[in-house]
Amino acid sequence: MMCERCEQRLANVFVTEIINDHKRSIRLCEQCAREIQLESHGFVPQLNLPVLFASLLGNEFNLPSPDRSLADGDNKCENCGLTEKQFLKNGLLGCGACYEYFHARLEPVLRRVHGTTQHKGKVPGINKDYLKKIRKIEDLKTKLQEAVRGEDFEQATQLRDTIKELERKPEPEGG
Amino acid sequence: MAVKDTVNNASSYWMGDGPEADVVISSRIRIARNLVNLPFPHLLTPGKGEEVINLVERAIKRESLKEKIGFLELIRLGELVPLERNILVEKHLISLDILKDYQKAAVVLRSDEVISLMVNEEDHLRIQCLLPGLQMHEAWKLVDCLDGELEKTLPYAFDEKLGYLTTCPTNVGTGMRASLMVHLPGLVMVNQIKDVVTNVTKLGLTVRGLYGEGTEAYGNLFQLSNQVTLGKSEEDIITNLIFITRQIINQERIARQALFKERREQLEDRVGRAYGILKHAHVISSAEALRLLSDLRLGIVIQIIKNIPACLIMELILLTRPVFLVKITGKEMSSFIRDVYRAKLIREKLSQAEKI
Repeated sequence: MMCERCEQRLANVFVTEIINDHKRSIRLCEQCAREIQLESHGFVPQLNLPVLFASLLGNEFNLPSPDRSLADGDNKCENCGLTEKQFLKNGLLGCGACYEYFHARLEPVLRRVHGTTQHKGKVPGINKDYLKKIRKIEDLKTKLQEAVRGEDFEQATQLRDTIKELERKPEPEGG
Repeated sequence: MAVKDTVNNASSYWMGDGPEADVVISSRIRIARNLVNLPFPHLLTPGKGEEVINLVERAIKRESLKEKIGFLELIRLGELVPLERNILVEKHLISLDILKDYQKAAVVLRSDEVISLMVNEEDHLRIQCLLPGLQMHEAWKLVDCLDGELEKTLPYAFDEKLGYLTTCPTNVGTGMRASLMVHLPGLVMVNQIKDVVTNVTKLGLTVRGLYGEGTEAYGNLFQLSNQVTLGKSEEDIITNLIFITRQIINQERIARQALFKERREQLEDRVGRAYGILKHAHVISSAEALRLLSDLRLGIVIQIIKNIPACLIMELILLTRPVFLVKITGKEMSSFIRDVYRAKLIREKLSQAEKI
C-alpha cells in the first residue's frame, strides 16, 4: 500500500485521529508521518485565516440583519450558488458577486478587520478614469465640508461648482 | 524545460546577494487576482479550472507581455511528480496550499524564478515576485507590470469600493501580501526577539518563523508581512513594511555589534564550533544543521569567517531539506541515512567553497 499523502513511497505508519467523535485513519510513509508531526500541516485541521474570519462573521450573522432580504439563514449567492452556511463554515467566498449578495454581512467585519472599506490602491486600467473622477469628487466633498465648517463660503461655493461640473461630465467609455 | 531546471537546482536567484543582505535574505510581493464571471477556484469543476489555465496560458504568450516581462512557462501541477511539486514549495515558488487540489492548478515561471504565478490556488491568480535582499519597490514594480499586462486580456473581478475581489475576504482590496525573509540571530541571542515580535504585531505586521512553529524559529529565519490589504495603497503598505524592517535591521546590527564587542570570545567560539561541526560531522539532523548554518551565516556576515559566501548558506538550508536529499540521491531513505547524506553534502559544499 502506498502512502496516502505523497502517493510515492510505501506506507508503513498507520495513523488514526479522532476529532469531534469523527474517526479517520490514514496510512503514511515514515517521511510524511514525520513531516506531519513536525510541521503539523497535512490532515490535521488548522485554525487558518479564512476560518478565523468566518468566526468573526459568525458573530455578525447572529445579529439582526440590517437588510431584510438577508434575514433567514439559507441565503445564497444567486450567481454561484454559495450558501451563507458554506461561507460561514470555511470563510471563503464563491465568486465576485458574493461580495454583493453578502454585502450587508461582510461590510462591518471588513471594517473591523481592515479599519475601512474603501480601496485606495491600484485599479485596473478599464476602471481608471472613472475611479479617478470618483476619488476626486470625494476628496472635494471633504474639502467642501471643511470649508463650510470654517465658514469660508466663497471657497465652498467654488468647490460646490467644481463638484457639480465633474459630476455632469459624461463617463469615459471603457476607459 | 525551465521548470525541470528549477526542480533540479536548489539555488535560486533570490538566494543571491542583495541590498542589506547581512540581515535581509529576500523580498517578496504576491498579489491575488480573480477573473470575473467564473467561480473562485474552490468551486471550480476540473473542466472550468482548465478554462482558467487556458486563459492564463494564452495571456502569457502575448508579444507585449514577453517584451516587458520575458518568456514565461506554464506547467500544470498534475504533470509533475510529487517530489517536484514539493521542491517548488521549498523554493517558495508555490504554496503548500495549492497541493491540496493540484489537479486543477498550474504554475507559471520565468526561468530565473524571480517571477512566478500560481493558477487556481485560493484565487485564480497569485502573481509573485521574489528578489534577493531588501528590494520591495523593485519587486512591486515587476508585479505591477506583469499585472498590467495580464489585465489586458484577463478581465478581473474588481469592485470600485472594495478593490480586487478575493476568495478570502481578508485579502480584499489590494490583494497584496508583501513579505521579507530576515535572519535575526543577534536579536535571538540577546533575548530581544519576543519584544520585536510583539511590537511589530502592534504595527499591523505579522511575524512568523520560517521553519518550526510558534515562537521557535529554527535557523533564526523570520518572515515579516503586512496584515491589512484594504484602505491603503500598495506603495503605502510597502513603505510601512520597509520602514519597520529598517528599524529591525538596525536593531539586529546593534545586537550583533554588542555581542562582538562584549562577548567576542563566546561569539567566535560559537561560530567556530558551528563551522567545525558542519565541516566534519558525518551524521546531522535537519534541526541541528539549521541551527549551525544560522551560526555560520552570522559568522560570515560579521566577517569572523571570510572564505565562505553568505549566499551558500541559504542554498545549503534548502539543499539539506528532506525533499531535496531525496531528489539528489534519487531514492527514499530512512531518517538516519538522510542525516548521513545531509552531513556528506554539507562537508562537500563547504570544502568546495573554501577552494574557490
